[in-house]
Amino acid sequence: MNQLGPIPGNILFDGPMATKGYPLNKMCYSFNKADARAAFLADEEAYYDTFGLTEDQKVAVRNRDVIAMLEAGGSIYYLAKFAGILGLNVQDVGGLQTGMSTDEFKAFLVKQGEI
Amino acid sequence: MAKILGGIATSHIPAIGVAMDKGLEQTPYWKSFFDAYPPVREWLYAQEADVAVIFYNDHGLEFFHDRKPTFAIGAAAQYENADEGWGIAEIPPVTGETELSWHIVNELVENEFDITVCQEMKVDHGLTVPLTLMWPGHKYGHIKVIPVAINCERHPMPKPSRCFDFGKAIGDAIRSYAGDQKVVVFGTGGLSHQLDGQRAGFINKPFDSYCMDKIVDEPEELTKLSNYDLVEKAGSQGVELNMWLAMRGALQGKLTELHRSYHLPISNTGLACNC
Repeated sequence: MNQLGPIPGNILFDGPMATKGYPLNKMCYSFNKADARAAFLADEEAYYDTFGLTEDQKVAVRNRDVIAMLEAGGSIYYLAKFAGILGLNVQDVGGLQTGMSTDEFKAFLVKQGEI
Repeated sequence: MAKILGGIATSHIPAIGVAMDKGLEQTPYWKSFFDAYPPVREWLYAQEADVAVIFYNDHGLEFFHDRKPTFAIGAAAQYENADEGWGIAEIPPVTGETELSWHIVNELVENEFDITVCQEMKVDHGLTVPLTLMWPGHKYGHIKVIPVAINCERHPMPKPSRCFDFGKAIGDAIRSYAGDQKVVVFGTGGLSHQLDGQRAGFINKPFDSYCMDKIVDEPEELTKLSNYDLVEKAGSQGVELNMWLAMRGALQGKLTELHRSYHLPISNTGLACNC
């Protein structure tokens, strides 16, 4: 698929990205379990090291920078579990990635139905 | 011989399950969405289906990247749901049907679909939301479910044409089964949506309408699309159309469309249902 060129606004999650993102995604996969979520909240920095996050991944998570997490190989399926810890839903996450407030993002969704 | 009664394609977004948990079906945001489902249920209940084959994608409950199958099928007597990490309530176990599962597995491998077989498999919202939409109040214990998972997360993923052929092979397997079961097939997920990246929130209503037309009468047109086309036209999660194509592949010949609805937006997508 990469050979066809990037699609603007899209960070394609393919094999090499899955390799790069493995520690970050594995950490977020652990958040399926309540005790893992509690361990993360108790000591975030230590929790990064349990999964061997790269520096880029640590910075992205620390800053709650969703685009940077995606660029560091994060898969939205697992990042959604991280967002859940922060009490964010998919509209909040949409706003964070597009530079909109959650309300602006919701209005943008509604607008696309008006065509 | 077992018989396929028909197919139902429906979105599976988690917000639906959350709305049902909270009893929000009649609130202004949700009402027109939930109003689409009673006619579908009416058809489904009148058919008295014994088995539901549900094409869905796992979103990181059962499968992680350490071992992520392209196609996987359940062959268990029961499937558990579990905590997905972000708050959707867990639902009671889903009943399985091992003998038909194994028959499908045999036929698939005979027809060169070398599928992953799971004798234990947790099922996530991709499967449980459609199930609870069809049988609200967790009244689905009587229906025997065969989960079929398709990778829609990490590229490479199976092509639309392959998913259609895969569904066809499953349909043929069901029709060759020496039982009198009545089977309904579900395509879940879709249609256009994008959760990740700067293009998050992208929805393509004209393309969704096109897909809802073609899935009924000319699914072959949709099989000409590549996954790249789907990402471009329908967003990064728009590849979930592949599950609709698998469902459609399992059905034969000319179909009668009994019900259709499209409602936009619910969560980050248009909500679509074909029956």
